[in-house]
This record gives sequence, structure tokens and C-alpha cells, in this order.
Amino acid sequence: MSPNPMLFGALLLASLFVFCAGCYRRLSLISLGQPDERFDSTGERLRQMFLHAFAQKQVVGKFFGLNHAVIFWSFLVLLLANGDFVLHGLFPSFSLALLPAPLHHALLFAFDLVSLLTLAAVLFAFARRLFFPHPSMSSAYVKARSVEGLLILSFIALLMLAYFGLHGAELAMGKEQGAAYLPVSALAAKLVAANFPASLESVFLFCWWLHAAALLGFLCLLPQSKHMHILTAIPNIFFGALGKSNTQPRERFVKGGSYGAATVGDFTWKDLLDGFACTECGRCQDACPAACTGKSLNPRQVIHAIKTNLLENGPRLRKGMPATAPLVGPEGEATSTAETVWSCTTCGSCMSVCPVLIEHMPKMVKMRRHLVQMESSFPEELLAFFENMEGRSNPWGIAPSERTKWHPTIDVKPFEAGKTEYLFYVGCAGAFDSRQKQVSVAMATILDAAGLSWGTLGKDEKCCGDSLRRLGNEFVFEQMARDNVRLLQESVVKKIVTQCPHCFTTLKNDYRQYGLDLEVIHHTELISRLLADKRLKLNKQVTDLGSVIFHDSCYLGRHNEIYDAPREALQMATGKAPGEFGRSGKESFCCGAGGGRMWQEEQEGERINLNRVKEALEKKPDTICVSCPYCMTMMEDGLKDLQAGGTRVRDLAEVVAEGLRA
Amino acid sequence: MLIVVCIKQVPDTTQVQIDPVTNTLVRDGIPFIVNPYDTHALEAALQLKDRFGFRVAAISMGPPNAEATLRKALSLGVDKAILLSDRVFGGADTLATSNVLTRAIQLLNKQEEVGLVLCGKQTIDGDTAQVGPGIATRLGYTQLTLVDRVERVDSLSRKIRVRRKLEGRHEIVEAPFPAMITVVRELNQPRYPTVPMRLDSADAEVTVWNNEVLKLDVATIGLKGSPTWVSRIFSPEREKGEVVGDGLNDPVAAANLLIDKLLSKDLIAV
Repeated sequence: MSPNPMLFGALLLASLFVFCAGCYRRLSLISLGQPDERFDSTGERLRQMFLHAFAQKQVVGKFFGLNHAVIFWSFLVLLLANGDFVLHGLFPSFSLALLPAPLHHALLFAFDLVSLLTLAAVLFAFARRLFFPHPSMSSAYVKARSVEGLLILSFIALLMLAYFGLHGAELAMGKEQGAAYLPVSALAAKLVAANFPASLESVFLFCWWLHAAALLGFLCLLPQSKHMHILTAIPNIFFGALGKSNTQPRERFVKGGSYGAATVGDFTWKDLLDGFACTECGRCQDACPAACTGKSLNPRQVIHAIKTNLLENGPRLRKGMPATAPLVGPEGEATSTAETVWSCTTCGSCMSVCPVLIEHMPKMVKMRRHLVQMESSFPEELLAFFENMEGRSNPWGIAPSERTKWHPTIDVKPFEAGKTEYLFYVGCAGAFDSRQKQVSVAMATILDAAGLSWGTLGKDEKCCGDSLRRLGNEFVFEQMARDNVRLLQESVVKKIVTQCPHCFTTLKNDYRQYGLDLEVIHHTELISRLLADKRLKLNKQVTDLGSVIFHDSCYLGRHNEIYDAPREALQMATGKAPGEFGRSGKESFCCGAGGGRMWQEEQEGERINLNRVKEALEKKPDTICVSCPYCMTMMEDGLKDLQAGGTRVRDLAEVVAEGLRA
Repeated sequence: MLIVVCIKQVPDTTQVQIDPVTNTLVRDGIPFIVNPYDTHALEAALQLKDRFGFRVAAISMGPPNAEATLRKALSLGVDKAILLSDRVFGGADTLATSNVLTRAIQLLNKQEEVGLVLCGKQTIDGDTAQVGPGIATRLGYTQLTLVDRVERVDSLSRKIRVRRKLEGRHEIVEAPFPAMITVVRELNQPRYPTVPMRLDSADAEVTVWNNEVLKLDVATIGLKGSPTWVSRIFSPEREKGEVVGDGLNDPVAAANLLIDKLLSKDLIAV
């Protein structure tokens, strides 16, 4: 007796209907999003998809990710097995045995072994959720021991057990000839034969229907749960940002327009797809400097809120009705609070660890854009910052005429078109901040010692506008960007060197959107190159700074992938490789000042800079080497707060300039 | 009811330098800003608009480029903006300025009843604090100067009660409309313009009234109507500072020494 194909067909049809309806209900909401050009560079996108989806590159970056990779690859293999199961259920005459025998046997062997692997992986996952859940597996609304998570694992486990049961019964009945190719099922066959010798047929039928029920149940549940990522993760990776998502798209300012994201409908379709692709793995939560220091921001929850908001409001928005829940508002599953949105340092760690390439940071900025530009709603400290930027083109509101006061004793030439090679873009901190001015002087010393032709824009230099853009004040940023691009083009600048990763990324990546395309290098790259080329010769090896540990700036490292240059320069200057933080390189932890956080108070939770400085002190360094004015301030403040007087902070330029002393 | 806010375009004084030869302000290349005290008057008016639905007009006397100041006011939400600009208004002192502003307010009052006139307590370029009271005197309005809090506004009985910030004390006073109020910075936190308001203000109308509209006697306005003459302007010599204690090696002792010095000179109080 074989299972009734009609009954199975009817159940399959019903399940497919539930599955398709669920998928349509959710995925059709994505069409509410704004346009976003993500259909270019197909080859590169396919490569990205292969690397991150099929090769599970990011997933296996964490130890337990291996378990996921096993389940993922097993799923691909078992897709064939289940295809066979369904076809055989509908058309009993269909069988893989119709294939050439070697292929058939190979497949049977693979299915059998992979099912065992899957079962083991699922049991590990069960145990992890139940007995040793990592804190980052739980967020405010999704817990490690959630019914949904355990239910899905149960379905998969059931599917595997039923698989062995039905094949075991078949083997015991002598209906399946390939016992040699089904080692695990052969074990099951022994068990079945020993326990139910008289009712093998019933065991077979029971297991077959159990297998069918698990398969169809899984199908129905899939689009209702976070396991929808099985369907959405691969396309999300395909459409993911190519290269680094280190800048924001421009906005078009026209009368009657609306700016930033107030409701889910203001996001792009890709932003919305991100919500459905999130697997709630919690890696972003584990990497986020705000989440790690007890602030309300949890990047995973932000994405979860966007998805929940879309499910709640999408159908209303489609009918032209207003959304019932804003994106930013009182605390709730479908909204992020203002504190959440303003806590982001835009360090990019969430994006760099996301296995499915979700872009969190641009969404934060879009929500900020709405708050600043449409509602004039932002932390009060930012009012003075915004006015200072507009009125005096620097964060502190210092008179622009003071811009050249960092070099009272040294001769700095103005940049001359056609004559000067490098424009040294001093930056606001380099020009006004008393500590960073010392770095500017060190830079000038290095540039002179290397015999480079360089100059500055003097009092005409303006702020690059980095913080404005990350804070969502795109309107004022655009004005400053246009002015700066015009100034740089009129001055016929071809090469710029900056000492600040924020100036660096803004001039290099953001201004490209305004037609500026020139060579922008960060001083760590230039110094490293000058040392390597022996154009910069040190008078002595720098030893009096003791043991040096290097802190990666987010906008130099993660956002622009410059990790080696500063380390090589330190190696050449001090004679040995710098020490490393526990979290370094791609996993470096923010100092807490990026994304305009420099200009805001930090009231919630532990201070981010203290967290980072404590991490440094674990390595007992004499010197923390930085490459960014914000990191400089945050590290120095942190050391003062912790009264760690034995450790000092030096910019890379200062370390190298030390070697130029006679 | 209309609230009139008098605002002035001033040079950003933190960036102003004095020409050592001519003893005049070097204004070349110095950006202009809205007089900071006036931004608080503007905010106070806009808050009354938000609460009571009053209409707000911003007026400014100045050269044609002072239009930018009025556009800023428009971007913040004032209903109309009037620039009082004419060559004959130029070179005015506080008296002549009050005459021009007074006439403009009288003309506005004919269009729509004026209940309040708001000014900053003073401008950061002239620092006289005379124009507000000058207007009140000429208009015959009650004057409430140095206001740091609006206690109550009763639009039915047409009264306003405010707190004045005086040396070492506060004073709560009440006056009937129409009244002239000058405000200090503590009154409020000025709002930040939204982008739609900025874009709308870019081509909103700024009405220009010259003396053909105001019809003032030229002997009472501009340079001719100004009895005050500035004979000299100069930067005071700054006494050279001194280094107190040894902050590098003993910062605590240096800080204590500094505090003692400041206390002994009565520059700080415990």
C-alpha cells in the first residue's frame, strides 16, 4: 500500500496556497518602497551572491556560524530529496531509481548522510537556544528561546527523523534495494524491524505522512516567520550595496518635497527587503557600540521595527491611508525612539558583520533626515552645532579668521594652482582643537622633511560637513559640499591629504556625488608610502613611546578598508609591529564620536570611549596610537576619566615626527 | 492681532576687527547674522503665534542686503516681512532709527491692530539698548524690558504678564496691550528652520518700504536726524595674562592658586 496521491496532492495544493498567500502578503509590501537602482553590475552581484550566500563567507566568520553553514548546504542537497519525495507522492511511478544506478546510489548516499548532519546541527542549535544562549540572541521582542525559533527547529528535526523512519521501514520490508548506500537508514531499519516486526507497512505509512506533514507545515510557517530569510536572504545579498556603504544618497530639494523617512513608505524597496531578510541572528547587536554600552539603540531592533511597522502600516499605506505608527516615536515594537536614532555613531560595525548584507546605517540617517529637516527635532546640543556650521563653517563657531593660527611659528605656504602638488586639508579639529593642532604641526614637519610640495587653503578652508551629513542635515551639507567642491575645482587641486578620516571619507566618497573626483589620501597612507619609498628618512627609531597599541578609526578602517598602512608606518617608525586591541581591524570598536555623536551628550549607559579605553588598558600599552581627531579626544578623555596617567595618546603623525627629531 | 518683531542685520562681531588706522570696523568679508537677541524675540513671537494664533510681522531697517535677515525670519514662520530701506535712512543713530521703526509700526497698525512689539534687548554691534524703549515712547506703548519669561498671556482681557531679569533680582510685571517688550537670551531657545520652510521663504515676498511710503521728515531720520556722533572707536588694550602656578607638575595646587587669585580680585564668588 502506498500513500494516497490524491490526498497528498490536495494537502500540497492547500499548503502551496498558504505559502504563496503568505509570501505575497509580505513581499508585495516591498513594492511600497521608493525606487533604488540595484539592477546594475549583474556579474559583480552574482559574485557577491555566491560568496555571501552560497559560500556563507560572513556566516562562518563566527564559530557557531559553521552550524548554520551545515544546515544551509544540507538544505540545498535535501531540496533534491524533497523534490523526489513530492513527485513520488504525486506520481507513484516516479522514482530516482529511474536514474542511472551510480548516480542514484550517490544521491541516496548523500541524502542519508546529509540528513544525519542536519539532524546533528539542529540538535546543536536546539541545545544552544535552550542551554547556552548567547546574550545577543535575544532582543527586546525576539528571544533566544522563542516558540517560533524552537518550532522551526522541531520541524526540521521531525523531517529528518521521518526520513530515516520511512526509509528504514522500506529497507526492513525489502522494498528499497540500496541498503549499502543508506547506512543511517539501515540502522533505522534494524530498529524498526526489531521493534515493529509485524507492522512495517504501518510504520512506513506513518513516517511517510509525518514527513509530508513536517514538510508542508514548514512550507506554511515559512513566510509567517523570520525563517522567511530562507527566501529573501539570497536576493537581499544579490541586491546588496556593491562596495562599501560609506556614504548616503543625495536628496533632491524642491518646493513641496518631503525629506528623509517619516513612514515606512519613505524607505526604498531595498530598505524594506532588508527587514524581511533579517534572520535576527544578533551579530549586529553584539558589535554595535551603542548596544554594547547599554543604550536604547540596537541595530537589529531597528530593522525589526521597520519590518513590524511595514506589516502594520503597509496595507494602510497601499490604500492611501496615513500610517498609524511613525518610524520614530514612543517605544514600541514598530517604532524606534528618538534616543535610539540619535545614538548611532555610524561606525558601520553592524553592516560589516551582517551575514545577509543589511544596510542599517543609511536607514538611521534617513530617519535623522526627517527629524532634522521636516520637524526640526533633534537633541538641543545640536542647535548650536548646526548654527555654527552654517554661520562659521566649523563646529565650534570659532571665527574663520582663526583657521591659520595652528602654525604661529612655522611657515605654511598657501596652495597655488599648478605649482603645489598636495593640498593639506587641515580640517576643523586640526585648525582649532588645541590638541589636534599639535598633530597638524607634526604633519607639516613630515611633509617638509619628505620634501613634498604642499600648501593649505588657509582661511578659505571650510568644514567638509561630515557630521552634518551623518546627522541628517543634508540641506546644509549640500550647500557646504557645493561650496567646497567649487573651491577645490577653482583652486585646481589634484591631490589632497587629510589628517582626519572624516574629512577623508567626505572628500573622497561623498563629494564624488557632487562631481569631485580627485586623489584623496589619508595621512596614514601617505606617511606609510613615504617611509616605504625612503622619501621620508627618520633620524632615529622611535623608542621613547614605549609599547604602542593601534586603534582603528571606523571611517579609516571599516568604511574605507585602510588597515595596513598605519600599522606598516608604525612598524617602520618604531621597529616593531604595534600591539592590537582585543577588537581590532574590521572588528574595531568605535571611540563613540562618529556620526555627529561628538557634538552630543552621552547620557544613556556606559560611555563608549571608556569601554574602548578599558579594552586598551587590558594590554597595558604606554601609548595608544590613533589616526583621527575624534578618536584622539575620546581616548584622551577616557584616560583622564579612568585616571590612567601612565598611558598617552599619539596620532600616527606625531609618532613618526618623533623620529625626525635630531 | 499682529505681533511686530523688530530685527536687525549685524556683522558677526566675533569676526569683526577694528582698522587700527581709521578706527572703524573692518566689515569687508565679514558675514552678517541676525542680531542674536532678536532671534529670541522672534522665537517668543512665533510661540505666541503657535499658542494663540496671532499673526507675526518682522520688520528691519537696513540696506537692501538686509533682506537676507528677513528671509531667515520667513523661514522660521513669520507671516510677513517688511524691509525699511532708503538711502535717506542711512547713518541713523538710535533716535532716527526709532522714528523710522515707529512710523512703520503705525502703518502696520492701520492694516491690522498691533498688540505687541518685540525687540531684542540690544544689538551686538551698537549695544545701546535704546531702540526698543525709543519705539515704545514714540508709540505710547507700555514698555517691558529685559524679559526672561512670559508668565501669562490673556488674549481676552488683552494683558501680558512677564518676568524681567534685573541685577540680582527678578520682577514680575503685567501690562495691557499694546506693549513693547525687549527680551534677553534666557527667554527661550530659538527654533531651527525646517527645509520646506527654508525653500518656501526663498521666494516669499519681502515688502520694501522706502520714505515715499513712510513719509517721514528727512530732518528726523538718517544721518540728519541723528544727534549722536561716534568720535572714535578702538579696541581696548588687553592686559597681558600671567601664568599661575605650575599646572604641568602640580595641577591641583595651580588650580587652587588661580581660584584664590580670582576670589581676591572679586572676579568670582563662592
